[in-house]
Amino acid sequence: MSDNGSPGEFGPLSLHVPEPAVRPGGSPDFSNVEIDEAGAIRRPEVDANPEDIRDLAFSIIRVLNRDGEAVGPWAGLLTDAQLIEGLRHMMLLRTFDARMQIAQRQGKTSFYMQHLGEEAVSCAFRKALSPGDMNFPTYRQAGLLIADDYPMVEMMCQIYSNERDPLKGRQLPIMYSSKEHGFFSISGNLATQYIQAVGWAMASAIKQDNKIAAAWIGDGSTAESDFHASLVFASTYKAPVVLNIVNNQWAISTFQGIARGGSGTFAARGLGFGIPALRVDGNDYLAVYAVAKWATERARRNLGPTLIEYVTYRAGAHSTSDDPSAYRPKTESDAWPLGDPVIRLKNHLIGRGVWTDDRHKQTEAEILDTVVAAQKEAESFGTLHAGGKPSARDMFEGVYEEMPPHLRRQRQQAGV
Amino acid sequence: MSRKTMIEAIRDAMDIMMERDDNVVVFGEDVGFFGGVFRCTQGLQAKYGKTRCFDAPISEAGIVGAAIGMAAYGLRPCVEIQFADYVYPAYDQIVSEAARLRYRSNGDFTCPVVMRMPVGGGIFGGQTHSQSPEALFTHVSGLKVVVPSNPHDAKGLLIAAIEDPDPVIFLEPKRLYNGPFDGHYDRPVTPWSKHELGEVPDGHYTVPLGKAIKRREGSQLTILAYGTMVYVAQAAAEEQSIDAEIIDLRTLLPLDLETIIESVSKTGRCVVVHEATLTSGFGAELAALVQEHCFYKLEAPVARVTGWDTPYPHAQEWDYFPGPVRLGRALVETLEG
Repeated sequence: MSDNGSPGEFGPLSLHVPEPAVRPGGSPDFSNVEIDEAGAIRRPEVDANPEDIRDLAFSIIRVLNRDGEAVGPWAGLLTDAQLIEGLRHMMLLRTFDARMQIAQRQGKTSFYMQHLGEEAVSCAFRKALSPGDMNFPTYRQAGLLIADDYPMVEMMCQIYSNERDPLKGRQLPIMYSSKEHGFFSISGNLATQYIQAVGWAMASAIKQDNKIAAAWIGDGSTAESDFHASLVFASTYKAPVVLNIVNNQWAISTFQGIARGGSGTFAARGLGFGIPALRVDGNDYLAVYAVAKWATERARRNLGPTLIEYVTYRAGAHSTSDDPSAYRPKTESDAWPLGDPVIRLKNHLIGRGVWTDDRHKQTEAEILDTVVAAQKEAESFGTLHAGGKPSARDMFEGVYEEMPPHLRRQRQQAGV
Repeated sequence: MSRKTMIEAIRDAMDIMMERDDNVVVFGEDVGFFGGVFRCTQGLQAKYGKTRCFDAPISEAGIVGAAIGMAAYGLRPCVEIQFADYVYPAYDQIVSEAARLRYRSNGDFTCPVVMRMPVGGGIFGGQTHSQSPEALFTHVSGLKVVVPSNPHDAKGLLIAAIEDPDPVIFLEPKRLYNGPFDGHYDRPVTPWSKHELGEVPDGHYTVPLGKAIKRREGSQLTILAYGTMVYVAQAAAEEQSIDAEIIDLRTLLPLDLETIIESVSKTGRCVVVHEATLTSGFGAELAALVQEHCFYKLEAPVARVTGWDTPYPHAQEWDYFPGPVRLGRALVETLEG
């Protein structure tokens, strides 16, 4: 006799499908987002035992408080000049985005993706890296290029797929590549770059180099198996890599709960692998920099990988092909409790007495002039459907280092 | 010069390349301390250390993805997928990443990675240890696809693959690891030590990628084969007393079309043979190319002899395997056609 009881004893099973708190028409509600006070979370030593800092995967490290003051153990790392530079980078990225968004609407390119609300993450992180380090970015980290002074004209030429496009018209707009600026070629497929970053970092360790890698992924694509493979490899070989998760709450129309499941946070995914995990206010330039600095130092000291979850909010659409009003309340971004990264840093600098509203406005105008000038220059080399463009002959180049006979025949056939 | 098995020849190629180039690293499942389930990497960890040859987690996407990152750094990884049947979790990394990295970054980043994997049946491996997925790779622009048929070529092709600047899928017919196999499963096994192609030169040499070789000169028809099927073709032609020209393709992508055209133009008849399933198999590509380039020289339709369009069965292995009897029948029909 079995003592397993009757299969129907507990009633029928049912499938759980998570839902966001609010849908269009409802009032935005972020009451479920637990936010720690700025300065409240401790800063462990970089060589802390991952077992002793597991709680940091569930809190939010913040530096800027509501009054715009930098407080707590993660504050005090950046000079006034560095902070002003950081503000400029974020403003530049925002203006760049706005212009390119319009250019797409004007038919000058096919597609664009902006960073609205997430500028602090990539702009601040870049400043924690050293020359020679390598990012393996997603499509929403152009701040890594902006903050490394990559020429804006080149970015635009790539976006326009024009005759000066460094990628010869082969890639979708914004899928930049720059080895020189530590920016790995963006795939467009999700999560594939995460394990590649780990491999790159392993190579650096194999060669006893001193360079480190940074992997980037969004909340939604942590569900891909590549993410889990990355954590296994990073953990097993203690690879010198910073594993970044940008949790901007939305994967196109899918709220982050679909990828996160029953796990408390995305940062907590690292704990099962013995990888120290930090969760940080992604809209706080100072906090992002401080946490990035901690993780990069850990990697450089050969202490292994760190997982960082940036809690932020995608204030704009996923891309120019997306309309968020179909799946979330229009006012949701205004209700986001961590505010806007540009305004927060601006207020902090004003509070420090090194910035003013006037100077901010003046800087905005200067940046717009710079971006417009760059745009004018880029457009002189063509836009997607007008002016100079890469030759059809280029299409056949670079598939292999040396063109094999079958491609030679096909190029001949194409008559280019 | 010495007689070697294909396993020893493959190991020798990796050994030579690891010796010559510090950037060559070897890893995969069971590859490190143990030396691989087929022992292809035996001794490499002891010789070159744990950071040059090591065990990987059971994650094919991880193995290939990490290798791509290493290649972007400047290494030349030569990774092992334990069986080609296990490669599918890595397919996205191979197709969307390795194959396109040079193109999409306009040469900013490149991917000199070799992915070795055993293919084919004949060892009672059932549907998860017998597949021949070459066509899934020849359909991908940016890859090179190599299938050696003997120890001499295996070593020379693998050295060429490791030195190649682009990603190479290196398919090792596992039934050939220890000796040639002509499909007569009920006869005693011939070891490589008794075969002239088991003669492997010492030191560094290459067999160029993209070059086929005639295994037998003939006048009546052309058999296009690769891997294990080269020996099945030889047996079938001999048993049917047909003067066949047998071409061992060696590299499927890029393909040595010139050698194929030259041969079929001469014989006027062509039979394509492979172990993989028929529909959309590499034989379809070969047949299409032959008719495009040799149509007015053809005396008979191009025949395809392949595995059936079923999963690779276990007990019915020899009913599935396109052996010399089935191929012999096709040769006769093509001659009469």
